[in-house]
This record gives sequence, structure tokens and C-alpha cells, in this order.
Amino acid sequence: MAWTRKILRVNLTEGSCKEEALNMQWANEYLGSRGLASKYLISEIDPKVDPLSPENKMIMATGPLTGTMASTGGRYTVVTKGPLTGAIACSNSGGFFGAEMKFAGWDMIIFEGKSPKPVYLFIENEKAELRDASHLWGKSCWETEETIKSQHQDPQIRISSIGLAGENQVLYACVVNDLHRAAGRSGVGAVMGSKNLKAVAIRGTRGVGNVKDFPAFMKATSDAKKVLHDNAVTGQGLPKYGTQVLMNVINEIGALPTRNHRDVQFEDASKISAEAMHEKRESDGKPHLVTNAACFGCTIACGRISEIDKGHFTVKNSPKYWGASGGLEYEAAWALGAANGVGDLEALQYANLICNEQGMDPISFGATVGAAMELYEMGILTSEMIGIESPFGSAEALAKMVEMTAVGEGFGKELGMGSKRLCTKYGHPELSMSVKGQEFPAYDSRGIQGMGLAYATSNRGACHLRGYTVASEVLGIPVKTDPLTTDGKPELVKAFQDATAVFDSAGICVFTSFAWTLADVQPQIEAACEGDWSMDKLNEVGERIWNMERQFNNAAGFTHKDDNLPPRLTTEPAKTGPAKGLVNGLDKMLPEYYKVRGWTPEGQPTPETVSRLGL
Amino acid sequence: MWKSLHIDPAKCTGCLQCEMACSYEHTGVMNPANSLIKVFNFEHEGRKVPYTCTQCSEAWCLNACPVDAIRIDRNTGAKLVYADTCVGCKVCTIACPFGTVNYNQESGKVQKCDLCGGDPACAKACPTGAITYIDANWTGYDRMQAWAAKANTPAAAA
Repeated sequence: MAWTRKILRVNLTEGSCKEEALNMQWANEYLGSRGLASKYLISEIDPKVDPLSPENKMIMATGPLTGTMASTGGRYTVVTKGPLTGAIACSNSGGFFGAEMKFAGWDMIIFEGKSPKPVYLFIENEKAELRDASHLWGKSCWETEETIKSQHQDPQIRISSIGLAGENQVLYACVVNDLHRAAGRSGVGAVMGSKNLKAVAIRGTRGVGNVKDFPAFMKATSDAKKVLHDNAVTGQGLPKYGTQVLMNVINEIGALPTRNHRDVQFEDASKISAEAMHEKRESDGKPHLVTNAACFGCTIACGRISEIDKGHFTVKNSPKYWGASGGLEYEAAWALGAANGVGDLEALQYANLICNEQGMDPISFGATVGAAMELYEMGILTSEMIGIESPFGSAEALAKMVEMTAVGEGFGKELGMGSKRLCTKYGHPELSMSVKGQEFPAYDSRGIQGMGLAYATSNRGACHLRGYTVASEVLGIPVKTDPLTTDGKPELVKAFQDATAVFDSAGICVFTSFAWTLADVQPQIEAACEGDWSMDKLNEVGERIWNMERQFNNAAGFTHKDDNLPPRLTTEPAKTGPAKGLVNGLDKMLPEYYKVRGWTPEGQPTPETVSRLGL
Repeated sequence: MWKSLHIDPAKCTGCLQCEMACSYEHTGVMNPANSLIKVFNFEHEGRKVPYTCTQCSEAWCLNACPVDAIRIDRNTGAKLVYADTCVGCKVCTIACPFGTVNYNQESGKVQKCDLCGGDPACAKACPTGAITYIDANWTGYDRMQAWAAKANTPAAAA
């Protein structure tokens, strides 16, 4: 079975916690985690609801493989209507919190309403109660974890919390668990803050003992682990270099967005790369990287644990940042670095630490800084307005901006709205490098054409984790396609989007897909979950989830006109590299994509598609 | 010939596959809360350290037990808790200098690593070789070999 078949419904307005049975028909149609939680959300809220109002709901959900020996089986998702985009938001996190939720006996926690005062949810197996969090309000994620563990005298409690960014409703605030793992994107932390919910603390000791066929499950998970081990990316590249292995690769192919996407190659890319993290620093003779680290159950272990240079200007007077902590991964290194033209590795790590400490998405934050720096260079923003001179490349400005945004002071309040609102306020909406209000991640779609379509059609706004065609276009996984053409990309994007929805809904990490295809995941789900879980069915489940999310966004007011890219990417050709002279060919791909999806030219699923998928 | 669990913390990534394998082997449930091996994460140093019973020769737990519920498995050298004899008095948990024998409130008995009868599940599950099961007389073999390699002497003449 693998599901616990139990949901916890927490009404924050009333202060009540109630157990409900999981809807097993929905589990059979939407699998778990992302898919199943989205089904619940969409069935329970008005799509036009204000994301930061008590009428919005927030769901934390595990998948059937969460808390099992399946490699990477420790994921959980936070699903809600997102405040950054107004679209469905689904943010996925590793660490150890998700498995603990499962061990306590819960598939899902649904939060509704708004607490009259700050509270945290404490769960000990079957027992769940809301507790006063007035002593935690105003504390960082790090202090919150430490305080809760100390107060309960239990170091084995696992915690997800919001920091000051979530409390202040920074529109890209995240929910942080296990100190430096995060449900990172789309502002799910702001929704949690709007509900006066500071943290969820769980101790689970029941375990997972109900998989359908244990011997088959052990064989399937062992076989799949061997595939990860034997693959060059998941077996060697990611453990040694982390996702940062991509920095130099993406720069070389001319798809590293630089200075708010003015450029596609960054002259200092090598200084902020995985290789640089391994090199000994001149200052103290130590490498930046201390070790790699795994999330729960993960046999890849791509996580970075780093130690910042104690003498660096950002931390020389702040010993609390001197210890080892979550280090730079590719997206953060890009957003805090190349996107702003900052080539100072230690400054990027400082900004990254603040993002972890106070719960902010470094992608949207870094990209918003990039937009602000461009407005500064144009003379629209001034150093008086921002509080510091802010040209591209200024590590000092980056450090100052991360501090002010995390605590919501001065210009930080404006940065906390994200680039779309910031650029619109100052008369240049076109300078926001975003789709549906969410900032791009670290791949320029002039150099990787398929990603333009993946961004434009992503259900949670611009995102690399909804359809990672980089795998195919750059790395040749599972087959190599040409990153500079649009040919075949609509089919490719659809295939990645649907498969990713299944990975996310199973409770495993999408990074396994560097080595696994759905065919490697299917035997694990089949052995764990009751019912039939053939390849055909999983493909259909993925497509159903995608279309369900789309229908929600359409009902929320999005149209095909929102499946777009900023004009910079479709009208300003790349200046250097292999993609020199190219813009993104979204106009060629989008109509074909709608056809492949079974949607109308206006981007609405046709009645036949809706009926075929049982929506 | 007995074997020993050999732990190299420098290879541990903290994934907890060992804890799941241990609990599944002993209880049929994947449940780190019931694992007899525990991985400690020293967050601010970036170190993870798996820790379990070393199967002492003069085992404090065995000597302290007032009802002789802890006995030696002659095949593996493991010090085994006989649940039918254990009265749950916890004296062994006080006697063990390392904390690796612990009381279980569900069973009312103590529990500790039993080397899985000679085929430890944790070692099989470890993806990085941080936990291995090797000749009990040669737990220093790897380190000796590493130092020997540093001798950097030329190959002998033919």
C-alpha cells in the first residue's frame, strides 16, 4: 500500500486537528504528494481566492515512496495557491522532514483558515496539537529548529518552518526543513506566514511497514539503486560536484543567463563553479566545500556542505555563519552570482546562508536583485533609494540587499515583492525575467530552446523542475537533441512534464531522472502500491496531473497569453557563444505544443482530453 | 572466523539507508526509530557518523545483566539479547560506556546490534562503503595499506 491512508486536517481558525481517511480513489488516480495534494487543494478552494487570505489552503504531502528504502524516498511537497504567481504552487523538498511525517502515520496535512495568533503544529505519531508560537515568532528557521528541539528535549524531532521572510510575506518566501532544505519556490512560505503558522514539528516512530510486496520492493529498489550508482552523473558527477557541475557546462554552451539576461555567458563563471568550491582558498588554505550530503534515503548525495571564509567582509563580525552549513547548489550560485554579475563565491555563499536562515528562495531573490541592478544602471533606481550603490557585479550590494529583504527593511520591502512587481512599479515590466510572475532559473532559453517552451507553459511559473529538457538538449538524457533548434521540442517538453509529475507524486527526487526513466521507477511503485501501476497508467497519471493543474490556472484567470516569455528572450539575440544571433522560438513551438497536449489554440484542454483523462 | 562491523565516517553521506535496513531486518518495518545503528549528523562540522555496538570482548552489558539475558553468539561473536530472559531492568544500558544498548518501550526489553546472524543488513544497504563487515582481526587493514602506499618505494628489481 505504502500510503498510510490517513490525512490530518488542521483548522487554524478553530485551532482543531482532525483525522480523516485518505480518498483512495483519488490516490489511485493521482498517486500521492504533488498530484494527490493538488487534487485535494483544487477540490477545496476557489481558484480565484487571494493566496494570502485565510480562504486559501496549504497542504504538506508525502508520496507512497516517501519514508521507504527507495533511493531518494524522502521527499514531501507543499501545495497551495502561490502568492508570487497566483497560479498553483507546488514546492518539493528533501531533507528528513517528509519521511518523519510518514513515520508518524500521515500521508498529508491540510492547513485551512488562519490562526488568531502565532502557532506551531506538534505531531507525535497519532497525537497532533497546535501550540503557542509567540516565543518563536521573529526567530529565524535555524533558531526555530533549535528552540523547538531544546524545549521538547528531543533532538530527533524534524521541523519545517518559516523565517522572517515568511512572517513578512516576502512573495518568494520558502518553507525550510532540516536547516537547509527547502520547499523553495512560488512563495509557499508567505502563505504559511499569512496563516500565522510558524512551524510543523514531527516525531514519528511508526515507520512504513505496509508496502504491497516486500520482496519485490527490495529487489526493485536495489536494482534501481544500482542504476544510479553505475551512471556517470548520479554515481560520480553529482556526489563530487553537486548540481554545480553544470556551471561551466552551461556557460560554455552559451546558456548561462548573465546580468538579468543581458548576456548568455559569464566571464567569472569558473570562479563560482563546482571546481572553484573544491580549490583551496588563498586566504585560509581551505577549500570552500567541506563535504557532500544526502537527503533521507538518497544514494546520490548531491548536497553541498560548505564553510565560508571567516575573513570575508560579509561574515568577519558574524561567527554564527562560520560553521559548516548548506552550501551553494547550481541554481543558487547562478541566481546570486551570474544573474547579477557577481563573481565572489564567498559573497554568494553568504547570501545563500541568509536565504536558508530566513527562508527565501535564492532563485527569485537573486533574479530580483538582477532586475534591480539593471534599473540602477539605467538610472531609474538610485543609491539613495536602495541604500547602496548597486551596479552589476557588486558583492556589497548583494550582501546588503539580502539582509534588508530577509528582515523587510527599507528597499528590502520592494525587493521582497519579486521582479515583476518591482519592474512594473518603476515603469519597466519588460525587465522582469519571469513567466507568470516567477523568475527564471539558470538556463537561458536562447541557448536551450526547449526550455523556453518549458518555462512558458510551466504551471507554477518559470521553473526548471517541471520539464527539464536540459537533460536531453545538453546532457543527452535519455536521447540527445539539438539545443539550438525548436524541432521536436513540443513533444519533448510534454514528455518531460508528464514524467516529472509522476516522479514528484511518488515521493522521490527528480534528480534521479539523470539516470532513471519512468521504467526504472515503475517497478518500485508497482511493488509498493496496491492496484495496477503499469507504464501506461503512470504516463496517464502524469498527464492527468498536468492537465488538472492547467485547469486550475485557467479557472484562476490565466490564458494562453500568459504562456509567454519576456521580450528580451524573443527579440534580443544572444550576443556570444553557440547561440549567438538566436532568440527563443516560442512562437514556433507553442501552437504545436497545444496540439500535442490536446488543447485548443487558446490553451484550454479540449472536451475530449478532459474526458480521456477523467478530469 | 569472526567478522566486525567496520565504520568509516568519512564515507558516510547521512542517507539513513542503514537505519532503514536494520529496522526492516529486525521488525519488518522500515523505521529508523527502531534501528540498532544510528547515524549522527554533526551539522556545523559537516560530519556524519554511524554508530553501533562494537561487540566488546569483556562486554559491560553482558557482565552487568543480573539474569544472564545477554550471551555470546559463538558463530559471530555478537553479544545477543535473549528477549525471553530479559526483564527490562536496563542495568545494561547504564553499564554500556557507549550507549549502544537501549530499552524499547514497546517490547519492554532492551535491544542492541546482533550482527544479523552474520550478514548485517546495514553493511549491505550502505551505498558508499562507509559500513563494511570485515575480518575481526584486520579492522586496521585499510589504514595499514594506505600508509604502506605512502612508503613510495620502488618496485623490487626482477
